[in-house]
Amino acid sequence: MIESSLKDIAAALRDKKVSAVELATESLSRIEAGNARINAFVTVDRDGALATAKAADERLAAGTAGPLTGIPLAHKDVFCTEGVLTTCGSKMLSNFVSPYDAHVVSLLKAAGAVMVGKTNMDEFAMGSSNENSHFGPTRNPWNTDKVPGGSSGGSAAAVAARMVPIATGTDTGGSIRQPASLCGITGIKPTYGRVSRYGMIAYASSLDQGGAFGYSAEDCALLLSAMAGHDPRDSTSLEQGAEDFGRDLAKPLAGLRVGLPKEFFAEGMSDDVRATVDAAIAEYRKLGATTVEVSLPNARLAIPAYYVIAPAEASSNLSRFDGVRYGHRAADYGDLNDMYCKSRAEGFGSEVKRRILVGTYVLSHGYYDAYYIKAQKLRRLIANDFAAAFQQCDLIAGPVSPTVAFGIGEKSDDPVQMYLSDIYTIAVNLAGLPGLSHPAGFGAGGLPVGLQLIGNYFGEARLLNAAHQYQQHTDWHTRVPAGL
Amino acid sequence: MSLSLDEVRHIAKLARLELAAGDAEATQAKLNGIFGLIEEMQAVDTDGVEPMSHPQELAQRLRDDAVSETDRRAAFQAVAPQTEAGLYLVPKVIE
Repeated sequence: MIESSLKDIAAALRDKKVSAVELATESLSRIEAGNARINAFVTVDRDGALATAKAADERLAAGTAGPLTGIPLAHKDVFCTEGVLTTCGSKMLSNFVSPYDAHVVSLLKAAGAVMVGKTNMDEFAMGSSNENSHFGPTRNPWNTDKVPGGSSGGSAAAVAARMVPIATGTDTGGSIRQPASLCGITGIKPTYGRVSRYGMIAYASSLDQGGAFGYSAEDCALLLSAMAGHDPRDSTSLEQGAEDFGRDLAKPLAGLRVGLPKEFFAEGMSDDVRATVDAAIAEYRKLGATTVEVSLPNARLAIPAYYVIAPAEASSNLSRFDGVRYGHRAADYGDLNDMYCKSRAEGFGSEVKRRILVGTYVLSHGYYDAYYIKAQKLRRLIANDFAAAFQQCDLIAGPVSPTVAFGIGEKSDDPVQMYLSDIYTIAVNLAGLPGLSHPAGFGAGGLPVGLQLIGNYFGEARLLNAAHQYQQHTDWHTRVPAGL
Repeated sequence: MSLSLDEVRHIAKLARLELAAGDAEATQAKLNGIFGLIEEMQAVDTDGVEPMSHPQELAQRLRDDAVSETDRRAAFQAVAPQTEAGLYLVPKVIE
């Protein structure tokens, strides 16, 4: 049953063909069977899941169930969950049992969704491969020698391996779209400010945004609709009420104008990814869309700008981990300063330390204007490029990642090579736009390739509409890895 | 631009990260790779461009100065490395 669409699972629950407890049990046994191989979960909350599922069954019986009541789901371990370990993929928080729930977690609890566990991730969401986790790398269900992408790689792999039908993620520079692409599932990052960051452990606050993974655009629409909405506890939360992001799913695509940024198609994409992306765009044309070339001349500056802004904000955000109020404290230390320095050196992994150091430097006296302010100016230029492009089109299409999933260990020693794998996703975060990845076919080694759709601000419903129509006419999103 | 070893040690100190003696060189090499990437942005003319910090240009909201949270000290201190009598314990700062 876990392999079915949310609509079918909800119908089966309603018609008493399956209970929420049975669904949770199915999800838990799939995790038990597959997690040693995939390492998608850091924590499995069996008791919590079964208790929540029982409560969901009572709601179903009472007729007060919503569309997610009784549906098993997993949270990326960046979201605080009261009473459940919340590690953020770090040794620093390897003993942190959160005393409160993230806003997203509260909303999904209220919706009756059944959290089965917390998924593995790059430490503090810094990474594109999930290799930066203190709990070992997550493996790609399509080929366990390959990375699942990151930083939400555990959530993407859990959905791809059909352990759960939906999962939450966060996307600061591509961390939902890239793993969705590499694992062959659908993932959406909404407009910045849609999903509350309250209780979502901060990496780069002006870029971090929560979002959804599922088998299809339709399922993502259901999950995202339950996650989004104004939250006064997040100072950057948009003052907009809840929305049904699935409201336009059925709209035909005739007349849709799809912009193709010439810079995305110029070079850098591997041949297999290019062929798959081209074929997907041809399918959109068949569905009635027209394509138009657009230009994002400053998009190439997205990576340098990002690697100033994100580390700067990270160095500030991660200063809270001092070994005093929560998290790791070194066993041996001298004075207070030594305790800070040793606790942080032991608690953080090498990529996190690198980004803290870069951020500390670019924010230090005399360098702030040359780096942080300069990067924020580039951010404006990048956002202006998108604004100009959206004068000519309704949404933008292109690749998510320049290649299919790469090998575990292949780029882990070379941060700059790793950073470049996010070339097509990062500009979207800098501009704060919504973006989605949906399965579009397979490339080298039979590994999945995603197509990225980028929308204008608040254009989530339109993105999901386009992806849903594509999925009504193709079956890539229904393919599952061998051996499941 | 490239960072000297002394600069690497200095920013590690500012960031309160102990740098093991043998790690400074490797850290320096990787940081300089990253700064090589970052330097690309200096080639762009951004005179007159307004820096962007939030896509929707929202102003920070203010809330009323009223008590909104309940006392959960015990729950929050339960995750602290060392507490006593409701206080966080750290090494002695003032003799």
